[in-house]
Amino acid sequence: MAEYMQLEVVTPEKAVLSRRVEEVVAPGAAGEFGALPGHTPFLTTLRAGQVIAKAEDRDIYLAISGGFAEVTGSRVIILAETADRAEDIDIDQARKDLEVAQGKLTSLSKDDPEYGKWLVRATRAEIKIRVAETVKG
Amino acid sequence: MPSLKDLKKRIESVKKTEQITRAMRMVAAAKLRRAQSSIIAARPYAIKMNEVLVSLVTRTNPDVHPLLQVREPKKGVLVVIASDRGLCGAFNHNVFRAADAFANENEGRYEDYSLVLVGRRCVDYFKRKGFPVRKSTMIGTPTYELAVEIADDLIDGYIKEEFDELTIIFNEFQSAMRQVLHVDKILPVEPMEADDEMSTVEYLYEPSEEALLDTLIPMSLRIFFYRALLESAASEHGARMTAMENASGNAVEMIDKLSIKYNRARQAAITTELMEVVGGAEALKG
Repeated sequence: MAEYMQLEVVTPEKAVLSRRVEEVVAPGAAGEFGALPGHTPFLTTLRAGQVIAKAEDRDIYLAISGGFAEVTGSRVIILAETADRAEDIDIDQARKDLEVAQGKLTSLSKDDPEYGKWLVRATRAEIKIRVAETVKG
Repeated sequence: MPSLKDLKKRIESVKKTEQITRAMRMVAAAKLRRAQSSIIAARPYAIKMNEVLVSLVTRTNPDVHPLLQVREPKKGVLVVIASDRGLCGAFNHNVFRAADAFANENEGRYEDYSLVLVGRRCVDYFKRKGFPVRKSTMIGTPTYELAVEIADDLIDGYIKEEFDELTIIFNEFQSAMRQVLHVDKILPVEPMEADDEMSTVEYLYEPSEEALLDTLIPMSLRIFFYRALLESAASEHGARMTAMENASGNAVEMIDKLSIKYNRARQAAITTELMEVVGGAEALKG
């Protein structure tokens, strides 16, 4: 079996990452999963969360919000709505976004059509902060 | 020989045409830049999405989802994407030709077929020719919402067995000078040739096969249409830019030619007048 897999992370806006990795950990619909080369074909929806890609030289951390992942023995494709690499995350901006979103959430009722949108934003900012902090710490 | 006044009028009018074509070229160039960056950004996602879909179809049993069913192609639907506006060279014409060719080729194969027309130009053309139309729409600026609207109607139709085969014709953007016309079959999704490595091992699905296919297949079709709209829009602007550049060039050339003609005519007129004056003076001397 191959020792590497090709990891592709794409969003509707751009191709975020494409490289050889040894292992991928991602937040699947039924819980976090890890994939190694030679993994049995696997298709899942993704929750918002953290993706860790282990390459030869270093680990790559990504914050993603929802999407799909296809795993075959030799490649992993992650189709995410948004994906940010840890080093590209502006942690202060993310904190501000979180604050704004949380403020909105407390002022809006749950039935408000805007509520879901802000909840998504809040979750997204939270994950960004978490991912960025993992890398720093 | 046209009179001086006529020539002058002619030059003025060609100059104005040139101004218009030049302005249109610049507008098209600006629009092209924007359209180009959005298609280039959208492409990787659409391509990967399609890869996932194809590998999914290769591995799963077509009976598990209505959109994966392969039926005898009795009724076909052809989606034609052209532009709202003209003056973009052979852009629309190429699309129409391909659609006509497709209709001729499949005349015997389908018992019945209809068209989904996107873009005012192609709506006009095919209405005039009296083709059966399932749905027609303008583009304006291509949005994801429009793609969803087109895709969802077709998804619905396929599930209800209103048609058995879906083909699309659109221009793929290569560069400002080059568009590649695509005639692609979208439904049923063609499985890949199963090679050794791509053994037809079933997937593991999370949360469940049904839930996953239910979201993934419609999603991938929407993305596909979105990409096709963006490709077509970028191609259109590219084609218009090239067409207008040629038109401006031709106008400049024509102005040059007319100016030479005008100057020659003016020279001739002056010479004639001089001759008359000299002749008159000679006569007076008498």
